[in-house]
Amino acid sequence: MSEINMGQAPEGIQGSGFFATSFEKVIALARSNSLWPLPFATSCCGIEFMATMASTYDIARFGSERPSFSPRQADMLMVMGTIAKKMAPVVRQVYEQMAEPKWVMAVGACASSGGIFDTYSVLQGIDKIVPVDVYVPGCPPRPEQIIDGLMRVQHLAKNEPLKYRDSDEYKKLLSGYGFD
Amino acid sequence: MTQTATELVPHIQSLLGNDLLDAYLSYDMTTLVVKSNAVINALKTLKEDEKLDFHFMTDLCGVHYPTNKGLELGVVYHLHNFKTNIRIRIETFFSELDPRLETATTLWPAANWMERETYDFYGIIFEGHPDLRRILNMDDLGMFPMLKYNPLEDQTRTDKNDKMFGR
Repeated sequence: MSEINMGQAPEGIQGSGFFATSFEKVIALARSNSLWPLPFATSCCGIEFMATMASTYDIARFGSERPSFSPRQADMLMVMGTIAKKMAPVVRQVYEQMAEPKWVMAVGACASSGGIFDTYSVLQGIDKIVPVDVYVPGCPPRPEQIIDGLMRVQHLAKNEPLKYRDSDEYKKLLSGYGFD
Repeated sequence: MTQTATELVPHIQSLLGNDLLDAYLSYDMTTLVVKSNAVINALKTLKEDEKLDFHFMTDLCGVHYPTNKGLELGVVYHLHNFKTNIRIRIETFFSELDPRLETATTLWPAANWMERETYDFYGIIFEGHPDLRRILNMDDLGMFPMLKYNPLEDQTRTDKNDKMFGR
């Protein structure tokens, strides 16, 4: 049996029967360990995601137990596969329907850059239409790489300031993509 | 001995007359070249003649030969007779300046989506089609992508530079 490592508690003041810390740390910890993914799978990367989700690789170990097939309860949009230009408004709509805070992961070469499909009908990377937090390279990437991408999103969630989503910086980012 | 499509050519010739421009064998398939203004009439004959009976349309697609001046655009039909298991190909060519052709939906409802696809990719207008609009590409694409004047690669791509990829 492998050794079990316990997660570290955030910094705080501990005493008999109480533990005090800041909301920012607790909320970030809770968010980062319960990221519900919304799988937007269009091709072979989606098959790799299915393996990532299934028992061998088991994405549930990282708190992503419940793939949310409704954007309204999802925290992390995982775009896996080629996005045709005709599909672009659908990706935008799904992103728009997600509640804050939300993260986006572009899985595979196609979602990241268009991949081998350098052609008129294919969107040359989803970062043309929605802001992307983590890119996972590969064609398709292995489940380990997708898990690595998830852990990077967890890292982002864990270190995000509590008021970041209300900041001017974030609003500017969204308006840069045409979201209000 | 089973009949072949080549053996039917004299009979087709007698039915179509001057509308039949050429008949040849291409990749083991008998191919007829028909005048573009008579193509639907020719298809109707091939479908309804008792001896020919090409009652099933397998495929319909466009083709673009930009160097073939005056006859740049074409439409190719594939027909099949299930009873004798004979297949035949019909081609028709016309100018890209006036890419109009009569619809085959009057003969086969299956032509509906295939003609929409051909319109979508080549801009060929099928007159009399009940609902001729794009079917696969996005509505605001603004071009007919399979015409060979269009660049092969997407022009919005930024991560490929000429130094690295030798474009």
